[in-house]
Amino acid sequence: MIEERIAPIRGSLERPFLSVTNLSVSFPTEDGLVQAVDGVSLSLERGKTLAIVGESGSGKSVTAQAIMGLVNRKAAKVSGEIWLDGQELLRLPQDEVQELMGSEIAMIFQDPMSSLHPFYRIGDQIVEAIQAHRQLGPKEARAETIEMLRHVGIPAVERRVDAYPHQLSGGMRQRVMIAMALINSPQLLIADEPTTALDVTVQAQILELISSLQDEFGTTVILITHDLGIVADVADDVAVMYGGRIVELASTTTLYDRPEMPYTLGLLSSVPRMDRKLPERLDPIRGNPPSPIKLPKGCVFQPRCDYWERVPGDACKTDRPELLESEPDHFVRCHLKIEERQQISRDVRQILAGGTQ
Amino acid sequence: MFLLLFLLSVSVFALFSILPGDPARLTCGKACTPVIIEQNRHRLGLDEPPLTQYVKFVSGIFVGRTFSPDSPQPIKCEAPCLGYSFTRHEEVMAIIARSAPVTLFLAIGAFVLWISVGLTLGIIAALNRGRWGDRLIMGISLVGYSMPSFFIGLVLIFFVIIKWKFLPFPSYISPWENPFQFFQTMLLPWIVLASLYAAFYIRLTRNQVLEVLGDDYVRTARAKGLPERRVVVRHALRAGLTPIVTAAGLDLAGLLGGAIISENIFSLPGLGSLAVTSITDSDLPIITGLTLLTASIIIFANLVVDLLYAVVDPRVRIA
Repeated sequence: MIEERIAPIRGSLERPFLSVTNLSVSFPTEDGLVQAVDGVSLSLERGKTLAIVGESGSGKSVTAQAIMGLVNRKAAKVSGEIWLDGQELLRLPQDEVQELMGSEIAMIFQDPMSSLHPFYRIGDQIVEAIQAHRQLGPKEARAETIEMLRHVGIPAVERRVDAYPHQLSGGMRQRVMIAMALINSPQLLIADEPTTALDVTVQAQILELISSLQDEFGTTVILITHDLGIVADVADDVAVMYGGRIVELASTTTLYDRPEMPYTLGLLSSVPRMDRKLPERLDPIRGNPPSPIKLPKGCVFQPRCDYWERVPGDACKTDRPELLESEPDHFVRCHLKIEERQQISRDVRQILAGGTQ
Repeated sequence: MFLLLFLLSVSVFALFSILPGDPARLTCGKACTPVIIEQNRHRLGLDEPPLTQYVKFVSGIFVGRTFSPDSPQPIKCEAPCLGYSFTRHEEVMAIIARSAPVTLFLAIGAFVLWISVGLTLGIIAALNRGRWGDRLIMGISLVGYSMPSFFIGLVLIFFVIIKWKFLPFPSYISPWENPFQFFQTMLLPWIVLASLYAAFYIRLTRNQVLEVLGDDYVRTARAKGLPERRVVVRHALRAGLTPIVTAAGLDLAGLLGGAIISENIFSLPGLGSLAVTSITDSDLPIITGLTLLTASIIIFANLVVDLLYAVVDPRVRIA
């Protein structure tokens, strides 16, 4: 398949630490087939951070859950390959996936308010995570739990370890979730919108915590977010997703310097920035994301795109564009000619920078 | 709670004192004259103003009382005294105490049965959602839910006892005297009483488990790499079933007031049968006593359920 040939496998000839090839996830429902993820390919070197950015329903969370093994195999059809450290995850039997979950791969969820079990003390919940994978006595496990809680910055740990989740603030609970995720020193950490449910002041602290722990443990991180504003500081690479597909994939600097896909440009224009003068109003992307049941036949972004008429013929309405390399390590899914979209990109960025209007 | 009990006793008492039917007339017998009725009324204490009657009734519960103190044979009723039935010539408390164990055994047996069946089938249905196991269980529960319990009872009596002769005719005996016969007698009443509640609890459990299985903390438990069994039992069910089991305490308390239909079908001498006969006989003291007792049990059970809930759900605890 074409998708496979152009799959962005970078670095050495060896398989990278994480390599996802042509991942598709669909859910049969009564209203029709929901194509949540459609042919996603990406790769990530050990110790690096990949940000997956997109709106609600773009497939970013489902992609993460598929890598984690959390997609219910009875309810969903999953195809493609996910290679992690030399193992193909989708073909592993359920009990081996279970063995990896929480030990090799760990996940932090969006809402720390509801992600911890309300009936159990936080210390016991972390001890349970330890004992799911390691033979460790209750005393040792508790000592390790306290150590990790202190590490993620929870004050008065000896007292808090026996607290129930409802006795802690949202930021504290997210720290507990991070402690729980990192307790078995996972190789890969997936953070699914870890700051969305938190106060703005706490968001920065949590991101800071994740990246400092990442440096310390050498963890590879996938950061799922809809907020391009937080990506620049933490991610090495960015994958922009739309309608279940990756529409642009590049290193963070490249993506911020030279975004090419009109959707990425739209996302960047919708980020409020203090250092920007003009335009005074934010420029949101008009319209709504497509329904995953009835995706447009051509480019999934075409109905909301400002530039599709510049493409000769009706290619944007009839043909799905491929994810192609526009410059080295910069992949874009767009029918526009490379020179043309680079010109559009320059124009838009000039407006954003406050130049001509 | 005490305020509630007070209001309750006042209203029960008021209700029965304005009810038609003169107890003095009923205890009079065939050769009745206005003089005898008047004497009876005095003996029963019914000639006194309602307030005095009420005060005597309530004080009887705490310190006991004596009926017709000026007659040659005064009737002494020890505390707690719920009144005296002149129809049966017996203290209400003694009558209730005799019937209560039957109802207690009936209710507890049925409770165990319906909770175990209801929760098990509900969980199975939820875990097999949409597949034939789920549909079968939900179908059965719909049938059980829509059939009146007297019908199920009669069908069971007809087939199990009369036609197939699996069980002898029910005749209540205390479990300490003859446990085997006790079980033979109680089996069908338990099933009949449990079937209605079980059907309801299957639905309740299924919905609750399905809801909880979609909760974020269950996903967290999965992400820890716990075995599916542990995820379901320790994380999902612990949170999902706690409210059901505690709420079931209220249904149990309601049953303790007497399972009227089941007791009558199987002629068990419990509180339900007692209530029915007393109403037919216009035996007001017994009805008053029963109503008060039942209501107190329910109020008490409410309190227990609330306290119990605070024990199992840390969020309810007051810091």
